[in-house]
Amino acid sequence: MRLNPLLALSAFALLGHASAMAADPPVIGLVTKTETNPFFVKMKEGAMEAAQKSGAKVVASAGKADGDNAGQVTAMENLVAAGAKTILITPSDSKAIVPAIKKARDKGVQVIALDSPADPADATDALFATDNYKAGVLIGEYAKAAMAGKPAKIITIDLLPGHPVGAQRHNGFLKGMGLTTFEAKSNELAKPAEVVCMADGFGDQAKSQTAMENCLQKVPAVDVVYTINEPAAAGVFNALKKAGKEKGVIIVSVDGGCQGIRDVAAGKIAATSQQYPLKMAAMGVEAGIAYAKTGKKASGYVDTGVMLIAKNPVAGVESKDTKTGTDLCWGKK
Amino acid sequence: MTTPSTPSPAERKFHLPPVGTFGPFIALLIACTFFALQTDRFLSGENLSLILQQVAVVGVIAIGQTLVILTAGIDLSCGMVMALGSIVMTKFATDLGLPPGIAICCGLAVTMLFGLVNGLLVTRLGLPPFIVTLGTLNIAFAITQLYSSSQTVTDLPDALTWLGNTFGLAGTNVAYGTVLMLMLYGIAWFWLRETASGRHVYAVGNNAEATRLTGIPTHRVLLGVYVLAGLFYGLASLLSVARTGVGDPNAGQTENLDAITAVVLGGTSLFGGRGVVLGSLVGALIVGVFRNGLTLMGVSSVYQILVTGVLVILAVAADQLSRKGVR
Repeated sequence: MRLNPLLALSAFALLGHASAMAADPPVIGLVTKTETNPFFVKMKEGAMEAAQKSGAKVVASAGKADGDNAGQVTAMENLVAAGAKTILITPSDSKAIVPAIKKARDKGVQVIALDSPADPADATDALFATDNYKAGVLIGEYAKAAMAGKPAKIITIDLLPGHPVGAQRHNGFLKGMGLTTFEAKSNELAKPAEVVCMADGFGDQAKSQTAMENCLQKVPAVDVVYTINEPAAAGVFNALKKAGKEKGVIIVSVDGGCQGIRDVAAGKIAATSQQYPLKMAAMGVEAGIAYAKTGKKASGYVDTGVMLIAKNPVAGVESKDTKTGTDLCWGKK
Repeated sequence: MTTPSTPSPAERKFHLPPVGTFGPFIALLIACTFFALQTDRFLSGENLSLILQQVAVVGVIAIGQTLVILTAGIDLSCGMVMALGSIVMTKFATDLGLPPGIAICCGLAVTMLFGLVNGLLVTRLGLPPFIVTLGTLNIAFAITQLYSSSQTVTDLPDALTWLGNTFGLAGTNVAYGTVLMLMLYGIAWFWLRETASGRHVYAVGNNAEATRLTGIPTHRVLLGVYVLAGLFYGLASLLSVARTGVGDPNAGQTENLDAITAVVLGGTSLFGGRGVVLGSLVGALIVGVFRNGLTLMGVSSVYQILVTGVLVILAVAADQLSRKGVR
């Protein structure tokens, strides 16, 4: 009997398909804001590593730039089409992504937000993230203790208008300083009298330097500078140094990237609140595997922790040294 | 693309410059007067020097962009090519340990190479500059990210950041980078206005076909413009490195639109052939003055974006009206 080649081919294909199905590890999608920010690069590494250990497959995708919601929507659709049963997402636009999340969840996909919440937060099954308000409170407490009771003139170099993470860190910082501020849920930036200049640096070193230079023109003397992240803090330090005013100014920040910790060790930044993208990703992958195995979804908010890193500890505020910070930092060590 | 009634550069020389040439200066003066009345710190020499430092990167990119726009082209790749140049300079100097001077030259060579590629694709294949530079924008961005692993390059030798240093002048600290920017504007202005090859740039922008028929090598002029533009982006890389003290792979993201904004605010016509390079400096300064002034007043950065948008439309409208002739 001659074998029908077409039949043989399709049988082979079927066989191949079947065996692939049997060996198919659970697919977990990861959608970050960008492919290029070291924070997300690290998050992706963390997810890949965790997946490799436990036999899952992570497919990563991202928006083109921070704020690119359409790119994230496309990425989610593609991941659902690719058979992902769990999608981990860092929303670029907390509100605009909600319909796309709903579409995926309606198809039985577990969606977990990493790092930043969706708005409303219960649009996703769970949220694994840093408590940004607490991150702010920690550096605020540090700055307050370092000022030792003296009244402070404060400059804040913020993210961009209306961003919840920016508002939470800013308001938390003021809370730690013991000043009038808003609560964690507010998206508005508090401006008590002690804050002498507020400007947006978009989390970018060059833009933050410009913002700080302009603030220094407005207010020549400053005691404490709050910055949204460490690139912004580096820009602020540059601006202060060029104006010959870097001595005695306390710069505090949030993130805990390796370059940031080096800047703490070098005395440029007084203290920073370190967050843990690797842990967020690893926990997300675990939740994805658990869902694939048991059908049980993760739920609610899980704090992935934040730790104060300072070169010089101050009395009454718990902090770790830069060595610990370096061990746990993300980015190039 | 151009109307036959547009006066040739030679003719225009003997007329009073159109309102478009003065418009940007007047807008800048009004903005400065406004902020000087609002806050007493605005007019200090230190503050004005600072604004010049802040606009230097976009200002120098805008020179290259002006050249391209004068030929009725546009260069979307400028910011990313600038970022690539700064990564090449800083990584060559740190990772490869090359002497800073050589590393800088390598950076300039890379940005000029991108200019050459843009120019060849535009002239040899006749592709639209918008599309060509859209492509090279992405290519330059990707190479920058791959080569730097998306990591900031730190611990630079002093020679790379020297332009960020300042010297005292009439009680004010002026950055060397500011001086370089002003010199580059002076050279570009002289070249465009006083030399034959400079006038050819205008001629190509006004009417490429007519220019070709008069025996001017249109393609060579265009190619030269793109390579020169690349050189200016490379010099901007150096200014950017000097300003921030690091090689930043995420720099340059908004610089293409910022530079086009500066050129348009400066009165250079997007239709080619008309404009003064010094206007682009004024355009960059208008944006810088608003950012600085509004911060001094304690106003949100969103208003600066709002004002910039309104000014851009006014500038293009003024250009369009002056082309049609004011009725």
